[in-house]
Amino acid sequence: MYDFKYQKAASVADAAKVIGADGEAKLVAGGMTLIPTLKQRLAKPSALIDLGGIAELKGIRREGNAIVIGAMTKHVDVANSPEVKSAIPALAELASHIGDPAVRNRGTIGGSIANNDPAADYPSAVVALNATVITNKRKIAADDFFKALFETALGSDEIVTAVSFPIPEKAAYMKFPNPASRYAIVGTFVAKTGGNVRVGVTGAGPCVFRWKEAEAALGKSWNGDALKNLSVKADGLNSDIHASSEYRAHLIGVMARRAVAKAG
Amino acid sequence: MISSDDSDPPAPASGGSAGSVSLAVMVNGTRYPLTLDPRCTLLDVLREQLDLTGTKKGCDHGQCGACTILVDGRRVLACLTLAVMKDGANITTIEGLAKDGVLHPLQQAFIEHDAFQCGYCTPGQICSAVGLIAEGRAQTADEIRESMSGNICRCGAYPNIVAAIQQAMGLP
Repeated sequence: MYDFKYQKAASVADAAKVIGADGEAKLVAGGMTLIPTLKQRLAKPSALIDLGGIAELKGIRREGNAIVIGAMTKHVDVANSPEVKSAIPALAELASHIGDPAVRNRGTIGGSIANNDPAADYPSAVVALNATVITNKRKIAADDFFKALFETALGSDEIVTAVSFPIPEKAAYMKFPNPASRYAIVGTFVAKTGGNVRVGVTGAGPCVFRWKEAEAALGKSWNGDALKNLSVKADGLNSDIHASSEYRAHLIGVMARRAVAKAG
Repeated sequence: MISSDDSDPPAPASGGSAGSVSLAVMVNGTRYPLTLDPRCTLLDVLREQLDLTGTKKGCDHGQCGACTILVDGRRVLACLTLAVMKDGANITTIEGLAKDGVLHPLQQAFIEHDAFQCGYCTPGQICSAVGLIAEGRAQTADEIRESMSGNICRCGAYPNIVAAIQQAMGLP
């Protein structure tokens, strides 16, 4: 690791002030991506601002027709949360299959979405459930938040404080995991909320995206068979030693059909 | 996912240089005040400074699970933990499991089921299994396998590891 200063932020305002004044400083949440990145010397921050001591960023609560999850809430706590399990079981299920237990005991929802790894699980849920990302400055709609590979709408002194998930009528997530890391080779989250259907796809492309043809088909008929004649073009999808872009394109449909069946 | 063959040497233990941070951790019931370079991982601090070498450095990149320890009762990877982020934490390593000369039931079960060959991953496997049992989620052999997916055994002792965990859980 390159040398850096370490500071434990006392509050969100405190952390925002530091990263606003120093563009080379970086926030650390669970550190499950940033620490390996530092160890590879792929990042050289001037300072690490630790969000781990800020109580206001933790916790899960129900607010009307939504579940609001604090940015520093760990995957294990989303997976085990009685509120999430009863209101959005698909989200608890997704959280319970991120990485492995050691990752789930440290990784956070805010860190995951702010990093926007193309193979991360959470972005598919944020998009499919039409969640709102709450920051220290504003509220950002899911469709506006994820911009490109590892890129989000967050400004230089903006910090995710919570994510608000509207409670769906039906939802499910299915992923084809990398057998070693459990990252999604392809993950498809389907959700029906207030009569609207949304399908979020992760792992397949450089950034999470919506499969709008499937949304239209499922909007007419909430049944896996409605997707039978649809296909996704392989152009622009990821291709690596684990799966070609053509295979990923195929998996999107398979995972979507399975997710619809699982959602019931 | 990140992978590389480049090895990053342990950060030097710092005795009070400009960027160093003072903290204290509780390890296996003993409190250790420390002054550290913020780059020090908990793994390097345990092994190089506290002489607790039971926790193993495998890949040092969070992919193998050999360095699994318990922090405040939850299993985590010591190689991906900056020690400065764990001020005040309560840490248990493999050295802290046996009590009064009596092995922890998981340690005993690993011996009885010959749940290792070379033994290098074993401290991590056992600490991870302590966490698994405390979580109370995994009940079947399949669930145990999935819940132990972060702990790799190159010797392939997996069937015996699962059997040992089942025994310690009191499963038939």
